[in-house]
Amino acid sequence: MNKNIQHRTWKRPPFITNPLLKWSLIVGASLYLALAFGTIDFDWQRIADGAPRGKRFIASFFPPDFLTRSSAILDGIFESLWMTVTSTVIGIALSIPIGLGAARNLAPRAVYLLCRAIVALSRTFPEIILAIFFVKLFGFGPFAGFLALSLATIGFYGKLLAEDIEDMDPVQAEAVRATGATWWQWLIYAVLPQVLPRMIGLGLYRFDINFRESAVVGIVGGGGIGATLLTAFDRYEFDSAAAILLIIIAIVMVVEYSSGYIRRWVQ
Amino acid sequence: MLRLENLQKQYKTGDRALKGIDLVVPKGQVMALIGPSGAGKSTLIRCVNRLVDPTSGHVYLNDMDITHLGYRGLRVARRRMGMIFQEYALVERLTVMENVLSGRLGYVGFWRSYFRKFPQSDINEAFRLLERVGLDNMVDKRADELSGGQRQRVGIARALIQNPELLLVDEPTASLDPKTSRQIMRLISELCQERQLAAIINIHDVLLAEMFAKRIVGLKSGEIVYDGPPDGLSPEVLTTIYGEEDWTATIDHVDEEDLTEEERRERERLMKKSS
Repeated sequence: MNKNIQHRTWKRPPFITNPLLKWSLIVGASLYLALAFGTIDFDWQRIADGAPRGKRFIASFFPPDFLTRSSAILDGIFESLWMTVTSTVIGIALSIPIGLGAARNLAPRAVYLLCRAIVALSRTFPEIILAIFFVKLFGFGPFAGFLALSLATIGFYGKLLAEDIEDMDPVQAEAVRATGATWWQWLIYAVLPQVLPRMIGLGLYRFDINFRESAVVGIVGGGGIGATLLTAFDRYEFDSAAAILLIIIAIVMVVEYSSGYIRRWVQ
Repeated sequence: MLRLENLQKQYKTGDRALKGIDLVVPKGQVMALIGPSGAGKSTLIRCVNRLVDPTSGHVYLNDMDITHLGYRGLRVARRRMGMIFQEYALVERLTVMENVLSGRLGYVGFWRSYFRKFPQSDINEAFRLLERVGLDNMVDKRADELSGGQRQRVGIARALIQNPELLLVDEPTASLDPKTSRQIMRLISELCQERQLAAIINIHDVLLAEMFAKRIVGLKSGEIVYDGPPDGLSPEVLTTIYGEEDWTATIDHVDEEDLTEEERRERERLMKKSS
């Protein structure tokens, strides 16, 4: 055998072939990162001063007080759950036509661009900005929170639905089209079975997000448990606030576990 | 019954997949379409039911021009053409029965199909077909639980419940083992005979094509280069279709014990004729 062949070396081809480009990217990124850290302005004195305050703050959370404000807390929880359920249902219902329109393999180009624009717009604003906007528009209370969460759900669910439809198996879709099915029948028999399990999972996930966000939109006036939490902080009733936080954590965990279970079941 | 006139297809990428195909398939004829990958076989059958729109030329089904049908007319025409696919193309998360009944979608209204309330006659026919293809005990299984051969049987039942006049079959055996391939091809050719269906079968396996089709059409780079009986496939013809290769094994060796009595007689007759 030829000796030269035995001694041929091999190296994995580099990800970026141009060495100049590669090194300028590495140096540039490191420089930017160093400068960015420089602007943060670490002050160890302030961190040291803050520590005992933080300790007192956390200490005042204990023991959590579920009882003194129990009726306000219960009202807040129920309002939040009500807001979560309605905004998830309405948001998902509205996002289905938008998601269908935003799937490139389904919709004509004009519809596609319009629906993508709606999705992008709704995703640009986080829940809290939407809530501030709706509180200014319609006043304090859960209606503003409901609108904010519904709108945010449309962006979230519409985008993921559209992407799931774009990822479906085109051959299964082709086979149903070849039977002479109408467009709507094709949607029910070829598209829906392919996207449904993931969509149920995402719906539950969105329910979870909406419940957590309902606490946030409450803080800016959108009603629900967030409003109760804000009142507790404003009155320095940290033990009640701790109780509210524990209840939020418990509900989120229950939703988390049950949604995981349901997702496995629908697969 | 099916007539293609100067059928051409040019994809947006510039590939000319079909360069003017003229072809007539009479009622009840099973025709195998062979040729190398990329010859345009899939494009050809997809132009017939317009899953792919031809660039020019005409497709006539019983003298009706399919190439210029609108949405509604095309749906009605598609009901009369059953299609069987390479990777089975069953909707995986639907049950066997739902997949078979989806072949009736062209006949029932939206709400009936949405609530799975198909007419009793359709359900009877579905059970009959599932029994015919040997799957009547798998009715409520989900399609992704079946083996390859079973899935293709469901695909066949779905195509037949349309009550078609023409079967378009795209590489039915490409993902199956040799034995299952023969069983599936045998099933398709038997069913075509029972129902007097015309069929175009795209197939890579030249031996299977010779065994189960009365007529072979060879396609190369979008043009028909052979059209004749199976015993006309000489090494020279295969070289024109596929290119230079030693073809003697492809032509002579058929595993005799896998054939049914009738097929064996048919082969012997063909061999005698060619020698």
